[in-house]
Amino acid sequence: MSARALINVPKTAKRGEVIEIRTLISHIMETGFRHGTNGQSIPRDIITSLTVRYNGEEIFSTLLYPAIAANPFVTFSTVATESGTLTFTWEGDNGFSVTEEAKIVVA
Amino acid sequence: MNDLNLTRRGVLLAASGIAAGAALPAPARANTPGQMEAAIRSVAGQAKIQKGKVTLDLPPLVENGNTVSMSVTVDSPMTRENHVRAIHVFNEKNPQPNVITVRLGPRAGKAHVATRIRLADTQKVIAIAEMSDGSFWSDTQEVIVTLAACLEDPTI
Repeated sequence: MSARALINVPKTAKRGEVIEIRTLISHIMETGFRHGTNGQSIPRDIITSLTVRYNGEEIFSTLLYPAIAANPFVTFSTVATESGTLTFTWEGDNGFSVTEEAKIVVA
Repeated sequence: MNDLNLTRRGVLLAASGIAAGAALPAPARANTPGQMEAAIRSVAGQAKIQKGKVTLDLPPLVENGNTVSMSVTVDSPMTRENHVRAIHVFNEKNPQPNVITVRLGPRAGKAHVATRIRLADTQKVIAIAEMSDGSFWSDTQEVIVTLAACLEDPTI
């Protein structure tokens, strides 16, 4: 399953600066608590986690539950320590897994 | 009428009872404050949860419970010795008490997270911060929801 992910990371930052990172991924986040028109319950299909690594080191992780709205949007911050790559991994039900990268230059 | 013990009020009450009974299995079951308390205890153990340090930002009145902007900020210097280890958000009346769990560390620089959540009913939402010294702090917000999430049949 392909999912569109949007990541907003500043391209450049000063060393030690606190930067804000915004992420958005397309996903229905089906709660598993709803019933279809035939009365059958619709099985749960959600993203359960987002993990962010900065040059391989984990800096942020979150567990998501059905109470997160469709197309999960998560904003957090981190300290720009060095130039490199941020890796974002979303995982979820039915083997859902998406990994995206963003580069940052720290002066 | 009275001989048969069949008053207009009685008939209406019985009819409404049947209607309510028939409607019961369909909607998602809301969790109870007891379940929320149990979920909170599963992360905090027996630790005392103090009010303060945490700011939970939610609109007081929500028109559409399917997407509600929420942000949590914790007053912390975020140093190696004194930082926020985790932020947990719970709700009172969705089918499940958990909303989100966030793990942070000194590298976050600032203890601030934002996301969009679902609310199934007018209810209380509570954010709990777990600090590096093992203490717990919280903030609670009451949200009024006019159109609830999760309860409508999807249009397939």
